[in-house]
Amino acid sequence: MVKVAVIGLGKMGISHLSMVRALPGVEVVGIVDATTYLLGVLKKYTGLNTYTSLDKLLADVTPDAAIVATPSRLHYPMVKQLLGAGLSVFCEKPFTLASVEGDELVQLAAAKGLVTQVGYHNRFVGAFGEVKRLLDAGAIGTVTHGLAEAYGPVVLKPQGGTWRSKSTEGGGCLYDYAAHPLNLINWYLGEPDGVGGTVLNSVFSAEIDDEVSSTVYYPGGQTVSVSVNWSDESVRKMTTRITLWGTGGRIFADRQEVQVYLREDSVIPEGYQAGWNVRYTTELTEPVNFYLRGEEYTAQLAHFIERVERNETGGVNTFESAVVTDRLIERMIEDSKRGPRVLISDDVIKEPVKQSLPAKVRTAVASGIKRVRALLPGQK
Amino acid sequence: MDKLLFGDNQFFGVNHMSEEKARQQQMRFQNTDAVIDVLKDAYDEGVTTFMCTTHDRIGEVADYFRENREQYPDFTFFPGMPYAHKYANAITTDGMMGALRRFTPNEGVVDAAMRGTSALVGKDIEGIVTLLIDAEMKMFEGLPTPVIWLQNVVTDLLLGMGFNEAFSIFAEHVRSRYNAEPGFITMNLPMLAGALEKQNIASPLICSNINKIGFRMSGGMDAYHAALQSHDFRPVAMSVYASGAIPADEAIQWVCEQPNIEAIVFGASSRRNIAGTKELVDKYWRK
Repeated sequence: MVKVAVIGLGKMGISHLSMVRALPGVEVVGIVDATTYLLGVLKKYTGLNTYTSLDKLLADVTPDAAIVATPSRLHYPMVKQLLGAGLSVFCEKPFTLASVEGDELVQLAAAKGLVTQVGYHNRFVGAFGEVKRLLDAGAIGTVTHGLAEAYGPVVLKPQGGTWRSKSTEGGGCLYDYAAHPLNLINWYLGEPDGVGGTVLNSVFSAEIDDEVSSTVYYPGGQTVSVSVNWSDESVRKMTTRITLWGTGGRIFADRQEVQVYLREDSVIPEGYQAGWNVRYTTELTEPVNFYLRGEEYTAQLAHFIERVERNETGGVNTFESAVVTDRLIERMIEDSKRGPRVLISDDVIKEPVKQSLPAKVRTAVASGIKRVRALLPGQK
Repeated sequence: MDKLLFGDNQFFGVNHMSEEKARQQQMRFQNTDAVIDVLKDAYDEGVTTFMCTTHDRIGEVADYFRENREQYPDFTFFPGMPYAHKYANAITTDGMMGALRRFTPNEGVVDAAMRGTSALVGKDIEGIVTLLIDAEMKMFEGLPTPVIWLQNVVTDLLLGMGFNEAFSIFAEHVRSRYNAEPGFITMNLPMLAGALEKQNIASPLICSNINKIGFRMSGGMDAYHAALQSHDFRPVAMSVYASGAIPADEAIQWVCEQPNIEAIVFGASSRRNIAGTKELVDKYWRK
């Protein structure tokens, strides 16, 4: 039996509470929130132990693990306290608002041998998992370009009121929405080299960004364009979309389906054919014991609980992997302060050096080969 | 209850297979007239019960069938509430309590509840829940609503938390105030059937995915079979085609072979597809 505490009972916290309590082998030993009315209702109707602060919970019970779903700026101090008390931690995304803090928590958890996870649930979506499998199998050859998108109807008019409307508290489309597709490209392509042309734009919000665009650079000339907007009323609910182009074909995925085009001469994975292939969520999704908002939400909690049971520190969405996304977000914020690099009114334009993308890739590969050769014995 | 209930996912761009297809459906049904036309086709095919959400646009549909009652005397609504997206988005922007305040017609109730001591909590929750139900039911005034559903997002959220008394509050209010049968939509049939039994809710309707490939049947096929056999509730099957993953004939034949199922909910956008499902159910349903 894994003893779990749930910290923070907003939209995500309440969902996590419901799903984790329904998992076999879990006992929820306490819940923490600042809203006393909500705690009163839950205590009366669910019989759960309720606490108005983390200190009070830790003084009273000894959980094995905690789920943290508080406003983002509280992640760092709370996770630090929980790790210090010897608890394994599942933390909602984004992990922390400063990657140095994230690094510190990674080290603290490692020193104590604790299990960590961050709630990037898309890595548990069947369709996005299939993309990872296809890339690992080399299905579309060398990836040359990607498009990472997310759209949804969150901020549709000027408003304020909660922590989500304050940039200092980790509100905004970048942290709340863009974090998801960025985390996916980190999963698919690793940590990038740099970012450029980042624009954090307000549509309706006074203090925060409602749309994000950026270019993420990878070694060898690969790029990913980022386009995210949470003021898009045309979509019914949040949609996250990834498109990847490679030397062997193209992959498109959202949470419902994967569409893959494979060239004749590319590596064709088992069950796929040259040309178009479509796989739907009905065939890509593993069943779960309890369903609330999507299989992926239960699957990520089940993964965490299993790892806590087995004391497995490695796994999907560890703190370490989430820091990569935090760092990318941080660099995008930095980049966004620069504005355009070249103005139309500038009169001196350097002679453009035209280089097609495959040429760039070739150059990168050639220089890589040179570097490797230089390391070989007998080479100068 | 009719054997075939007409669902509304297709009208609001809910498609579990493809976001592209969902968008095409949203375009096609963006004018409520297009929705009403399909409902009229369904009526003419003998499918006269509409199991729908409490989406704002359903209000316009309700208005139409209220005004044209003589022409469609048997047209019946099975409303499902709440329309979760409006609440979910409100919670994101206004917080849990702010959202509650926004949707209870009498704002004072929530504030009074929040100020109250925990001794008052029980009564307050009943008050808030019944107010929310009444607010959602307003659009159906003067129309037959013999079954009222609790949507799966809410049913399953409460179920997981163990907040099972809420099911009794819902059932009690639906029966006493609306003279209707309480229904619960869920993705976790075996677990819910057990919870409702413990709450002593007499023969509730439970609507869940029941399809040959076991898609979104949480708890597994065997547990579903066991729950259906025990028959202490009235099962309604949805997602029988598993979003199109099972051929129609095969899907309906299989569902009709399962024990005790009282009705099937299905969605369709054309008269041809409505007639097709109707034909298959007439062919395979033995009762």
